Amino acid sequence: MILRELVKTDFLLRYQGSFLGIAWSVLKPLMLFCVMYVVFVKFLRFSDGTETFPLVLLLGISLWNFFTEATTLGLCSMTTRGDLLRKINFPKYIIVISATINALICLSINLGVVVVACILSGVQFTANILWLPLNLAQLYVLALAVALLLSTLNVYFRDVQHIWEVFLQGLFYATPIIYPLSMVGDKLASVAPGVGLLVEKLMLLNPAAQIIQDIRHNLIAPMTTDTIWTLSDNLVFQLIPVALTFVLLGLGIHVFKKYSPKFAEVM
Amino acid sequence: MMAEDRKVVLKVDNVEKSFRLPTEQASGVKQLLINWTKGIKGYREQQVLRGVSFEVRQGDFFGIVGRNGSGKSTLLKLISQIYVPECGSITVDGKLVPFIELGVGFNPELTGRENVYLNGALLGFSRTEIDAMYDDIVDFAELHDFMDQKLKNYSSGMQVRLAFSVAIKAQGDILVLDEVLAVGDEAFQRKCDNFFASVKKDPTKTVILVTHSMDAVKKYCNKAILIKDGKIVASGDKDDVADRYSIENVASSDRELSPDGYEVGLNKTVRNLSIVPESPIITNGRDPFVFSVKYDVRDLDTFYLAIMLHDLKRGGMPFYSDDIPMGVSGAGVARFSLPLDALNPGQYKLVAYVRKLVDGASPEYPDTEFVGFTNDARSCAFIIRNPELNSYALLTKSALALERLD
Repeated sequence: MILRELVKTDFLLRYQGSFLGIAWSVLKPLMLFCVMYVVFVKFLRFSDGTETFPLVLLLGISLWNFFTEATTLGLCSMTTRGDLLRKINFPKYIIVISATINALICLSINLGVVVVACILSGVQFTANILWLPLNLAQLYVLALAVALLLSTLNVYFRDVQHIWEVFLQGLFYATPIIYPLSMVGDKLASVAPGVGLLVEKLMLLNPAAQIIQDIRHNLIAPMTTDTIWTLSDNLVFQLIPVALTFVLLGLGIHVFKKYSPKFAEVM
Repeated sequence: MMAEDRKVVLKVDNVEKSFRLPTEQASGVKQLLINWTKGIKGYREQQVLRGVSFEVRQGDFFGIVGRNGSGKSTLLKLISQIYVPECGSITVDGKLVPFIELGVGFNPELTGRENVYLNGALLGFSRTEIDAMYDDIVDFAELHDFMDQKLKNYSSGMQVRLAFSVAIKAQGDILVLDEVLAVGDEAFQRKCDNFFASVKKDPTKTVILVTHSMDAVKKYCNKAILIKDGKIVASGDKDDVADRYSIENVASSDRELSPDGYEVGLNKTVRNLSIVPESPIITNGRDPFVFSVKYDVRDLDTFYLAIMLHDLKRGGMPFYSDDIPMGVSGAGVARFSLPLDALNPGQYKLVAYVRKLVDGASPEYPDTEFVGFTNDARSCAFIIRNPELNSYALLTKSALALERLD
C-alpha cells in the first residue's frame, strides 16, 4: 500500500509542470539515441555493419538508462525522504523499491518503443525472446542490489553520490553499449591472436554487460550479438556474472537490514 | 480502582537511549579518514533517556510532560518505533498511529485527496481503510470544496486543518500526538476540544499526548508522567504531575553568576541563602507550610531576615513578614511555619531577604535596607490544591467573608 502510493507520487511528480509530461520518458532516450547515433555511428563509425545496429544501440541505451536511473534514484532515495524516516516508522526498503520501480516503469515504456521500432524495421523475432523475462529480472535484481548498497552508504557518507556518478561514467564505457562488442575483438586481433576474444570474455564478466548483451541477443539480433553463452563454453565462467548479481543482492540486503534501523537517528 | 483490569496496550520497560553527537561539523569520507588517523572518535555520547519504565492501559489518555530537552520527543519516537532503544523493551499491543509532526509526507504538488491517501498509506492504513475514513476526515477539516485542489493552493490554516483531521480521524487503537493541539481558528479549536472530550470517554481508544499545556493535561488526561533529564520524576495522577511540572518551571536553573563571582542575589556579605521546604510542596492547605532558611551571613553586627510570599498565578504579594531579628551574623538555619488557612488553591513562592541596619540606625529603632535575597533557584515554590475550594481569588471565604447588611 505504501509502495503503491509512493510510486504513484513519484510518478505524478516526476514531470510535474513540464508541457509534455510523461512523453518525456519516451522522448529522452530517443533524443539521447539520436545524439549518440550521430556522434558514434555516423562520425566515429562505431558499428558492426549490420542493419540492426541502430536498434541494438537504442536498446542498449534504454537498458543502461534504466540502470543509471534506478541506481542514482535509489542512492538518493533515503536522504531525500529523510524527513519521512524521522517521523514515521515504516519498512524502509519500500523507499528504495519505489525508486527502482519508477525507473522500471520508464524502462517498460522505452522497451515498448524499441519493440515497435523493431517491428517497423522488420526484425525477425526468434524463440529466444522467451528468455527475456529472465534477463529483465536479472537486470532488475542487479539494479536493486546496487541501489540497496548505495542508499545505505549514502546515509553515512554523502560522498557516495559523487563517486557513483564517476563510476557510472566509467562503467558506461567499459560496457559495450555505444560500440559493438565485436569491435573490441577486431581492434585487438592485430595485437596478438586470441587477445581480442579474451578481452571480450572478460568484459562480459561485468553483469551489466552480460545482461545487456543477452537482451540484445534474445530480442533483436541472435546472430550478430555475442554473449557470454556464445563466446565461452566453460559453464563456471558463464555463471560468474549471474552469480555476481546474486552475491551483490545478498550483500545489499544484508547491509541494508543491518543499518536501516539506525537511519532515522543518523540523518 | 477497577481501572487496573484494563489491558496494557503499551509497556515501556527500562528504556535507555543515547545519541552520538558529532563534534566536527562535516560528515563524509574525508572527516572519517581524518578522525581515524588522529585516533579521535569524532562524536560524544549524549545520554537522553536513562531507564524509563511505564505502562499505558487501554482507554487511557496519557500525558507526557517535561521541559525542553528533557527527552520527551525521543521517548515518543521510541514509542513510535522510529528509533530503536539501546536497552530495555517497548511492547505495543494494537495499531499505533504516530503524529510526531502533522502532515508528514504532505506534498504541495498533490491534491488534498491524494495527500490524504499518501499520508494514510504512510501511517500504515490500507486503501479500503482510508476510503472508510476519508469522508470523516474531509468533514472534520471542513474542506469539501478544496479536496481536488493542489495543496500548494491551500492557505496554511487549511493545510494544518487537513493534517490535523487526518491525525485525529485515523482509526488507530493508540494515537500518539506531539504538541499539536493549538491549530486552527477558534471554531476549529472548539471542535478539537469536543473531539478530545469524546475520545476520553471512549474506553477502546488510547491517546498519548506530549504537551506543554498543563491546562490540556488537567482537562483531558487521566494519567501523566513528568520527565526530567531522561528520567521519570513524577508519574501517576495527572494533577500531581501537572503541578510538579509547574514547579519545575518556576524553579528554573537560573544559576547565572554575577561579575563578582556570586550567584544572583548573593554577594560577599550574604554568602549563602536558600529556602528548603520541610512540608510537601503540594499540599491541601490544611496544615501549615513548614520551611527552613539556610543562611551564611558575614561581617554584620545585626542582621534581619524577611520572607515574602508571592502568588504566582494571580500575581501580587499577599504577605510580607517584616524584619525578623537574627542577631550577630554567621551561618545557620532558621525554621518557620506559615499557616495556609487563609489561602485559596494556587501556586505560591517564598522568597527570603537578608536586611541590615542603615548606617546610624540603632537596633531599638530599626531602619533596614536589603543586602541579599534568594534567586529563583534558591527560593521555594509550593502548590495548594483543594478541590473543595475555588481558586478565583486569593483569600478563602473563611478568611474574609461578605456580610449582608440589609
